[in-house]
Amino acid sequence: MTTASAEKTAENGAGEEGYNFAYLDEQTKRMIRRCILKAVAVPGYQVPFGGREMPLPYGWGTGGMQVTASIIGHDDTLKVIDQGADDTTNAVNIRRFFARTAAVDTTEVTAEASIVQTRHRVPEDPMTEGQILVYQVPQPEPLRKLEPREIECRKMHAYKEYGLMQVSLYEDIARFGEIATSYSYPVMVNDRYLMSPTPIPKFDNPKMHDFPALQLFGAGREKRIYAIPPFTKVKSLDFDDHPFEVQQWEENCALCGAEDTFLDEVILDDRGGKMYVCSDSHYCARRRAEGHRGTLSDSAAAAYAAAVGAADRPSEDGESAEWVT
Amino acid sequence: MYVAVKGGEEAILNSHKLIAEERRGDPAVPELTLTQIKEQMQIAVDRVMTEGSLYDRDLAALAIKQAQGDLVEAIFLLRAYRTTLTRFGETLPIDTAKMAVRRRISAAYKDLPGGQVLGPSYDYTHRLLDFALAAEEGAGEPQAEEAAETVAEAMPRVTEILNHEGLIEEEIALNDEEPVADLTREPMEFPADRDMRLQNLARGDEGFLLALGYSTQRGFGGNHPFAGEIRLGEVAVEFAPEELGFAIEIGEITVSECQMINQFAGSAERPPQFTRGYGLAFGHCERKTMAMALVDRALRARELDEVIEYPAQDEEFVLYHSDNVEASGFVQHLKLPHYVDFQSELQLIRSLRRRHTEETLEAAE
Repeated sequence: MTTASAEKTAENGAGEEGYNFAYLDEQTKRMIRRCILKAVAVPGYQVPFGGREMPLPYGWGTGGMQVTASIIGHDDTLKVIDQGADDTTNAVNIRRFFARTAAVDTTEVTAEASIVQTRHRVPEDPMTEGQILVYQVPQPEPLRKLEPREIECRKMHAYKEYGLMQVSLYEDIARFGEIATSYSYPVMVNDRYLMSPTPIPKFDNPKMHDFPALQLFGAGREKRIYAIPPFTKVKSLDFDDHPFEVQQWEENCALCGAEDTFLDEVILDDRGGKMYVCSDSHYCARRRAEGHRGTLSDSAAAAYAAAVGAADRPSEDGESAEWVT
Repeated sequence: MYVAVKGGEEAILNSHKLIAEERRGDPAVPELTLTQIKEQMQIAVDRVMTEGSLYDRDLAALAIKQAQGDLVEAIFLLRAYRTTLTRFGETLPIDTAKMAVRRRISAAYKDLPGGQVLGPSYDYTHRLLDFALAAEEGAGEPQAEEAAETVAEAMPRVTEILNHEGLIEEEIALNDEEPVADLTREPMEFPADRDMRLQNLARGDEGFLLALGYSTQRGFGGNHPFAGEIRLGEVAVEFAPEELGFAIEIGEITVSECQMINQFAGSAERPPQFTRGYGLAFGHCERKTMAMALVDRALRARELDEVIEYPAQDEEFVLYHSDNVEASGFVQHLKLPHYVDFQSELQLIRSLRRRHTEETLEAAE
């Protein structure tokens, strides 16, 4: 995350020819880093920034990419996930973008990455001090669904007037008996700002609390940046008699047998047959490599992996991918 | 260096090859050249330059070719290129009163100094398919006759004529103290000032502005508008480099301009007076400038103490949704995987249904 190394590389012309290191020009990166510093200083506050047009469409991670482009240096190792998986097309595409424009190392191993850019998930493996988690944010304003006007929302944040949100959660309980929000579940950061955790499932909300890594959030279309510094209090909204709860599955991961991860439902046939697998593809692969097994036989697991086009290449670092054979 | 590669990457690369193949079409047909697009699809080029916020006919033509004629995609390509360019500074405001006019019409006066100049327009063509154009060798090269006299040099703006009597509000004078807003560098802030609103509208989607402008005419807001003046032509662009201290002409651009004149009943502070709505676009984009002028006027409701009750008057609604690059990206991002959120919703709806069944059973007992 050093500017010096970024500029050095820019002069060296590493990465995509004709473009600066990591695509954005140094002035823009500096502007974004200033906004990031402000965001870190005021946890959960949405800092407006002069978002640039990126060569990927709005809504596809332009905010996260601008944050990553501004903090990435030559020595960084980048991991990109979408829905928890490294091999979804958008994750592949963004990883390619940085491999191309910044010529940085990329990885799928959460522990090896200095920067993890994510859409819709927090990795299952714990992250540590010194790492940075960059979230792609479609809608930074947690109040937007209740109040479409920016002017009004900013006033509500300024006065810490979040009654509207509490009432909306209460209405859910009155109508459904529970809070009917399963993702983008609002949180209070540092007892001050109401914040959208981005559309991560509420399953991941507790991970944000006291998280050792720096969490940065970039919303490109809406031109906002916000942050949670390491070891900050993050509380999911709830009521004394209706405490916050995360999703639970009756099943375990069919591949690695994990009991405590977020599971994706995989439809096996048109007669209601289904199984559940970890949404975090790296976490699942690591557990399989360590010898953990789910209900699925090894041959069935291999067939599944082949069918979804998952990691079947020979691994260069000997870390992942062996489990499928 | 270790770069993680997986199945998705190959699919993406193959998808690029397929779309390139589709773009080229039948290889037996000669490939389209940029010059052909630039010369024979001028209005498409103009729209891409306007909404792409970059005056460069060659790059706009390239973007249109690359996007297979999808103009919103072409606008996106041009924008993504524009954002990497260095900014040297701001030009002086262009002076459209000094325009080399090719077309100038006013719907407010029958005759006026400088006269009505119809110029190039589809307005009075009969919209009958011209099968002569379908012929392989084309329809030949029509040549307009040279006019008996040249267009008047003095071509004062209609709004200036009205201004002599004070019938129309004054144009806001240039204020050197306050720099002009630039929403490509700074995020939009609300309430937005007119400079930022106009920039947003100039970049805004033509279809969106057309529908909004139309809505003001049909009764969803609106103050009866007159097309005070519409002109098309070439204007000089001047730039004053700091080290020189005086302005030099750096080129010429084609612009379309529309000045709408609107009724205004007056308020406690202001006498009854005509008010302005303004539209400006690169090249020949007349429909866009007219729609823009209507929406600009509607958005001035706050400033003129009018009741804000319709979509076109609502600046957050208009300015946040006018940009087709943003809109197209976000609408189409729904194509991206949403497995995790969908799984969460599945869990929730199963739980809600379980509760519903239990409650129904209990009620039955």
